[in-house]
Amino acid sequence: MDKLINDFSIGLFFWQSLVFLLLIFVLKKYAWKPILNAVNEREQSIEDALKEAEKARLEMQSLQESNEAILKEAREERERILKEARDMKNKMISEAKDAAATEADKAIVSAKAAIEAEKSAAIAELKNQAASLSIDVAEKILGQELSAENKQTAMIGKIIEDVKFN
Amino acid sequence: MISKFTALSAFVGLMFFSAPAVAQDHGHENTHLENAHQNDAQNNEAHGEELHGEEAHSEGHGHGAFVPASDTEGRKAVVKETVEHHLADSYEFHIVGPVGFPLPVILFDNGLKVFSSAKFQHGESVAEVDGQYYVIHHSKIYKTDAEGNMLLDEAGHHIKPLDFSITKNVFMIMFMAVFMFFLFRGVAKTYKNSLVPSKAGRFLEPLIVLIRDEIAIPNIGEKHYKRYMSFLLTIFFFIWFLNLAGMTPLGVNVTGNIAVTVSLALMTFFITQFSGKKDYWMHIFWMPGVPVLLRPVLAVIELIGLVVKPFSLTIRLYANMLAGHVVIMSILGLIYIFASYTAAIPFTGLTLFLYVLELLVAALQAYIFTMLASLYFGAAVEEHDHH
Repeated sequence: MDKLINDFSIGLFFWQSLVFLLLIFVLKKYAWKPILNAVNEREQSIEDALKEAEKARLEMQSLQESNEAILKEAREERERILKEARDMKNKMISEAKDAAATEADKAIVSAKAAIEAEKSAAIAELKNQAASLSIDVAEKILGQELSAENKQTAMIGKIIEDVKFN
Repeated sequence: MISKFTALSAFVGLMFFSAPAVAQDHGHENTHLENAHQNDAQNNEAHGEELHGEEAHSEGHGHGAFVPASDTEGRKAVVKETVEHHLADSYEFHIVGPVGFPLPVILFDNGLKVFSSAKFQHGESVAEVDGQYYVIHHSKIYKTDAEGNMLLDEAGHHIKPLDFSITKNVFMIMFMAVFMFFLFRGVAKTYKNSLVPSKAGRFLEPLIVLIRDEIAIPNIGEKHYKRYMSFLLTIFFFIWFLNLAGMTPLGVNVTGNIAVTVSLALMTFFITQFSGKKDYWMHIFWMPGVPVLLRPVLAVIELIGLVVKPFSLTIRLYANMLAGHVVIMSILGLIYIFASYTAAIPFTGLTLFLYVLELLVAALQAYIFTMLASLYFGAAVEEHDHH
């Protein structure tokens, strides 16, 4: 211990303390601060870059997901439109069919009616024709028959007989 | 990076192997000075018994010229002296052989005195400044009279002037501060162009991030850690680099010096106390959730803990670094003592192994100091859920 105390030099202690304190302050200003700042800055920039990359990756992923969703939606839309079109087509066809059927029915009905009318007109015509023909015939027959006296009398008598039987 | 590092450690290792030779050279070089000093000491025999006694011991072995291999005791003393010299602070920066430079000496002794340590002539002679005389004895400056006899105060202690010299350790601290400033400012500048680290930043940035993520944030918490980052980063690199500088053959032993570690530990201590929140003081003086009678007892224990913490920080770093240096130097010294090639090879290998271990310890001690400091800061700012 005595030797330690004897070895202790106040001068060396003084210079060591002075130089070391100065060294701390000088290095702090000219070395440690710039170095640590640079290291921090670099670490920060690396961290930021990594974060950016991660963010970009996530963005990419979400973009892809949204693309997928849009595609899916589009596909669904197409399906829906196609289905609608198909439905509409079917409906139109069936409507057209119905319309055509009713139209046809109507036409048939009116045709039938026309035919009936024509038929009854034709029958009436035929009846008239037949009546006038029979009159003509009757006239001719009557003219011949009644040209002879006896034939007139026979005739009248026959008619009278008929009337009696009636 | 790794290959460079390996090359560097190999280089450093090689330099170390030449250390005993250096020690011997040093001895030779000083021989003439030694002789002069010896004469001087003899002349002063009558006045300064104590000085003479001490010097005689070291002259017998330490600074002496060639010590023959047969004189094991003599060689042991040389190794001891070399190790002590290596661990101690110095007033000159001795690199290798005659290469080196003196450093300024700053004393407060009846006014400010600034002069070059060259005046001591490698610690061998008395320096005269403004009519005051000084001598270096065991790496410390003492006041002497004109003839070089150490003066005594009333209590019979040698008088040491108030010494604020730029010693080798202070020089290294300043050098390291400048080096760290340019190194880390350089790293900071590279971020201006790009956020990706380049050059030294590639190696240093992971360490900075390690201190932030493994030391500061887990111990102090997300909320408060930023305030302490400057201190923790500075202290980590400061201790680590100075530990590594201690592993070079320059023989700097800054972090193995008690004054340095006391300073570092005290700063940690004061930062801890000044950032202590209500909860922190509550846990020291009036521990919640404990029977009231026990609380004063715990307060005493906590107060002891408060003082022990910086003390342990001081001693841990100091002792670890000092021990590493002593072990490596001693094993190298064994080669010198045994003076044989059969001893040289295994001891060189062992030194290399320990050297690599010390490189690990250098980083580990810096890490531990930083870790404990952040642990103390964390305890100071922690906010408990109320019991």
